[in-house]
Amino acid sequence: MAKNKADQRRNFLKSSLMLGASAITGTAFIQGCDSGALETEEKVKLLTTDGTMVEVNKSSLSKVPYQPISPKEARKGIPGKHFVMVVDLSLCRNARKCIKACDHHHQLTPDRPYIKVLRMQDNKSSAPYWMPKKCFHCDNPPCVKVCPVAATYKRSDGLVLIDNERCIGCRFCMAACPYSARVFNWGEPKNQDVKHPYSPETSIPSQVGTVEKCDFCPDMLRQNKVPHCITSCPNGALYFGDQNADSVTNGSETVRLSTLLKDKAGYRYHEELGTEPNVYYLPPVDRLFPFKETSEEKPS
Amino acid sequence: MVEDNIILNDQYNQKIESDLLAHLKSGKKKGNWFIFILIGIILIGMYAYYRQLHYGLIVTAMRDYTSWGVYIANFVFFVAISLVGSLFSSILKLSKVPWSTPLTRISEIIAIGAIICAIVIIIVDMGRPDRFIYVLIHGRIQSPIIWDVIIITTYLTISILLLYLSLIPDLAICRDKLTDVAAWKKWFYRVGAINWQGTPRQFKILHRITYTLAVIVIPVAFAIHTVTSWLFSTTWRPGWDSTNLGPYFVSGALMAGAAVIIVAMFFIRSTYNLKEYLNEKLFSYMGKLLVLLSLIYLYFNINEYLGPAFKMVGVEGEHIIELFFGSYAPMYWIVQVFGLILPIVVLVFAWGRKPLPMLIVSILVLLGAWVKRYLIVIPSLQHPYLPIQDVDDSYLHYIPTWEEWSITLASFAWCLLIITFLIRLLPVIPIWEMKKGNEAKLIKP
Repeated sequence: MAKNKADQRRNFLKSSLMLGASAITGTAFIQGCDSGALETEEKVKLLTTDGTMVEVNKSSLSKVPYQPISPKEARKGIPGKHFVMVVDLSLCRNARKCIKACDHHHQLTPDRPYIKVLRMQDNKSSAPYWMPKKCFHCDNPPCVKVCPVAATYKRSDGLVLIDNERCIGCRFCMAACPYSARVFNWGEPKNQDVKHPYSPETSIPSQVGTVEKCDFCPDMLRQNKVPHCITSCPNGALYFGDQNADSVTNGSETVRLSTLLKDKAGYRYHEELGTEPNVYYLPPVDRLFPFKETSEEKPS
Repeated sequence: MVEDNIILNDQYNQKIESDLLAHLKSGKKKGNWFIFILIGIILIGMYAYYRQLHYGLIVTAMRDYTSWGVYIANFVFFVAISLVGSLFSSILKLSKVPWSTPLTRISEIIAIGAIICAIVIIIVDMGRPDRFIYVLIHGRIQSPIIWDVIIITTYLTISILLLYLSLIPDLAICRDKLTDVAAWKKWFYRVGAINWQGTPRQFKILHRITYTLAVIVIPVAFAIHTVTSWLFSTTWRPGWDSTNLGPYFVSGALMAGAAVIIVAMFFIRSTYNLKEYLNEKLFSYMGKLLVLLSLIYLYFNINEYLGPAFKMVGVEGEHIIELFFGSYAPMYWIVQVFGLILPIVVLVFAWGRKPLPMLIVSILVLLGAWVKRYLIVIPSLQHPYLPIQDVDDSYLHYIPTWEEWSITLASFAWCLLIITFLIRLLPVIPIWEMKKGNEAKLIKP
């Protein structure tokens, strides 16, 4: 019976992965059919809009750039989802690849990273460890409570986003956030792709005088992909997934969320504050790497 | 006997009128240099604000973590000062304290100046002042900022009404007696007096309205500073996590308000030759009032720090250590000793309640009140639950830039300019109320 359930689970995961894959190819379209192509080239089966199956060469497919959705639409969550992140503290060695990927994707300069890696030590006798910290996307978010103009809001899929076209820059949310997750554009943001249409789901381009923070990359989630930090972590320390589906992945393995949290005694920071974070941490036990102070701790 | 009294009464009334109108008559004004200095400071502040608008809040020393700075401390200070209006035109009036009458007008003027500056400084603090209108369009009633917007505008409205309504009889006196002033002033007095004739019916209506407003303004005044304290206590910050914050703020505000009145009294009486009305006896009363208010504030101060200092819980404990023994300790103890303990010690003695010592003590109280608000806002922000790491070194400290200081100074100059303008335009001591008080004295010797 138990084995049967596990099989079902495996099948479900497989099919959902397939779905994901088809969704990705769905964003691809045929650039032009070259009849003189080599027979040996890999073929891809596609369903056209009028319902017929065609076979095209893989090389003739090109990706349509993802169009971010409008600030108004971005207030609604992705239906049926509730996103969570799990950070395995035993696997983090402050490699800082997640920060780099995040900075690159969100066009951030090193003075306002969404992700910080803190050197934590719970008490003098216990060992220090690295703690990657991003927005906790709380279910009871202090920032949303205090925002005077609903510039920051909670979505049905658990995400807390910021509309920087609404933000008045009062920074009340920054004072309210117990995890100091938010960064402010104190000056005119540099390296901005200003032609990019703004969406709270991409957080680009940034605007001077507004607040921003880790957004869990909803543009990636809409394409059934995981946020950039997850895939960039060389140690697989970061898991991301859907609480409703009870599955999280670190890019190489997909596991059941409830089992992971149960087996590894997952916890959340400052549970006593009642913020109900959606980022879980797994304690820094049985570490693969000895703790090493890194010189890269501060951005140059 | 009765006739004697009436003659005496008339003489007194005429004297009151001519004394209190003296500074409004045309002629060479004293203290124009003061106004030029104020305008100079405001211009420098405006240049600094232009830079802030152009480059963003990057010109300030505020960064993530210390995301609120002197602007917010200054805002809280101005809100505190504005409470003085309700203290005199309401609390002391309703408790029928006879000596407070000459101070009602000046307290209302200061209240309005302070509340306008509080509004200005909060807009200065905004990252996007161009979106200020969003507060009205997209306002969410859940947010304490919206509560503050509502209560501040309410208080400003009531304060203006209180000032104006109690002014009407005096404006009528100005209209009738000041014939050689500039044309626009004549126009102002005529229009402002809205055809006041001083009939018993008009007085009856006026009394009824001012009495009602005096009652209404008390909860609003308490609310304005309590809501301001909630801007802090509704956040998830160890240093602000206190149920004591409301009364702590209100009591501190009333104390600072009394001090600002003493400073104003000192300069008004010497500039406009009103020593007879703002006399040493009045200073003595104000000194006693300040001692009482200081004792109340001391009580809430002890309440605010004793619990956390006894328990020393986590980050809250670190915050207390930083204040008591750390980098903020010199500031903290100077403020507590010179801004709180010293006034109590000096003003309980009769020699301390003379104008000059009281002026010095009151200036210390005001400086202390400002720095205290700085100490409430900034150290708490620097003690979040999770440690401040992985950021630039500039994020660890907060030393305000020249732009912040000059904008702050400009807000003070702006407040003083509003007050000076109103004092030069209006009878600074309510004439009709003084006359009324005089009559009451003669009838009930």
